[in-house]
Amino acid sequence: MKILVCISNVPDTTTKIKFVDDNKKLDVTGIQWVINPWDELSLTRALELKDDASTGVQKITVAHVGLVGSEPTIRKALAMGADDAIRVNSEPYDAFYVAFQLSEAIKSEAFDIILCGIESSDFNGSSVGGMLAEFIGYPSASAVSGLKIENRQVIINREIDGGKEIITLPTPLVAVVQKGIAKEPRIAAMRGIMMARTKPIKVVEPCSMEPPTEIISFEKPMPRAACKYIDADDPGKLISLLQNEAKIL
Amino acid sequence: MSVLVYVENWDGKFKKLSFELISYAAKLAEQLDTVPIGLSIGYVDPKELEKLGKYGIKRIINLLNDNFKVLDNRFYTAAISSIAAKEEAEVIVMANNNTGKALAPRLAVRLKAGIASGVNRLPVSLDPFVVYKKAFSGNAFARTVIKSRVKVITLAQNSFELIESENTASIEDVQIDLDGNLHTTVVNEIQKQTGKILLTDAEIVVSGGRGMKSPDNWGPLVELANLLGAATACSRPVSDEGWRPHEEHTGQTGKIIAPNLYFAIGISGATQHLAGVSSSKYIVAINTDKDAPIFESAQYGIIGDAIKVLPKLVEAVKEIKSK
Repeated sequence: MKILVCISNVPDTTTKIKFVDDNKKLDVTGIQWVINPWDELSLTRALELKDDASTGVQKITVAHVGLVGSEPTIRKALAMGADDAIRVNSEPYDAFYVAFQLSEAIKSEAFDIILCGIESSDFNGSSVGGMLAEFIGYPSASAVSGLKIENRQVIINREIDGGKEIITLPTPLVAVVQKGIAKEPRIAAMRGIMMARTKPIKVVEPCSMEPPTEIISFEKPMPRAACKYIDADDPGKLISLLQNEAKIL
Repeated sequence: MSVLVYVENWDGKFKKLSFELISYAAKLAEQLDTVPIGLSIGYVDPKELEKLGKYGIKRIINLLNDNFKVLDNRFYTAAISSIAAKEEAEVIVMANNNTGKALAPRLAVRLKAGIASGVNRLPVSLDPFVVYKKAFSGNAFARTVIKSRVKVITLAQNSFELIESENTASIEDVQIDLDGNLHTTVVNEIQKQTGKILLTDAEIVVSGGRGMKSPDNWGPLVELANLLGAATACSRPVSDEGWRPHEEHTGQTGKIIAPNLYFAIGISGATQHLAGVSSSKYIVAINTDKDAPIFESAQYGIIGDAIKVLPKLVEAVKEIKSK
């Protein structure tokens, strides 16, 4: 069995976001780039599955759409334990574009399970996984919080409102994963970091296509009114403000 | 031409979210000078379907097929796209929830449509078609232009006011034939909590953090939530420690919520936590540290020990309730 994990390169989640160039662009000064948290958890789960010989998982590939500047993030995935990587050498213009490029880049290789994070922490599009599944015609499950392989069958926990469903889907499949898929992201060991240097990254050029959306500019949310403080000994005041001023109770 | 809005049902019932979607689609259709059409999938009682009419929709298509009992992304996508094509939908609207996130991207590819997810208001321009969507986990909005002829929008929860009117809708039952082989999802088991207010539906949420000090101190917090008809939530360290169940974790990697009122009790307000709650209309913070970042996001604050403040807050709410 072969697993593909799609990874996105995002600003560290503690970054204070700022924009430049008339709010058209993200200010990248001093930004630490990391593997998108949900993709990192996907990769961790893929590695756990490979560690368990009974699953029959033999190989894990990571795929990414980005320019050469995102290679440190790909190397990090390889250091965590992925076997090889594919990078589509292009700006990731929008979700439609990225999913299309991924679908083209993996045409020559058959993956049994494709894992994508539920969203990227930068554009929060929640789209690439589902779009990729549709481009290649695979069944998909979203809001996946658990995935195991028993007797070559993939068993998935799918989150629903107020609970979860345990479902099965035939392979090949796309699973769009979220919290719960793995406990903590795997930390790359020194040996892994050394080995990652020689693992192959296949670079492919993008196929021509016009991205259907474009971000024109960014706006910060309206600042909230300054906090009104209430004496700790008089919480009744808080309740009365919520009732009479905010009119929310 | 039309605006097609997919409204999911939960065991045959709709929720406030469904009416937000209908209200949005009706207004959008008015802007575009076209017809709003509601799409419901799977069996829903006609009385329940009629409720949608009150929010400005003229036609409701009630799509039926035995395979709709289980959500299969590929199968549902085929169903919605065939209706979208038949009705010449130029915009398809869905919720930015689990189901919307599962279906909207597939549908966008099927219809060669650009997608904007987490949209929080009507388009600010129609030609070009420009919408605001959430970005950077609530830290910004992206003004996004969708250039394709067909467009897919997922609407952020609790971001659009309900608009009621005298309107009634016509309901058309449509039996759809689809290739059953496309449906490959099998549900083995459903684990569901009942009787609790769902965190993602709750109008008021009472949430505790590390400042609660111990899992044994949650009594008054739960009592406050019960008194207010609120759902309970917690920060990540609390669920990681096992003080509270993981389902309660709100924040970037946990649940992302948008209630009308959010109580952050003993929560300092790290960026990752705020990412999950910053769309709340009002935030109340209770924290010992006057410099805690949560106070920058809160409209009302109490500087004090949550353990001591909570019982007094419970008393204050009881007093008002008794009046």
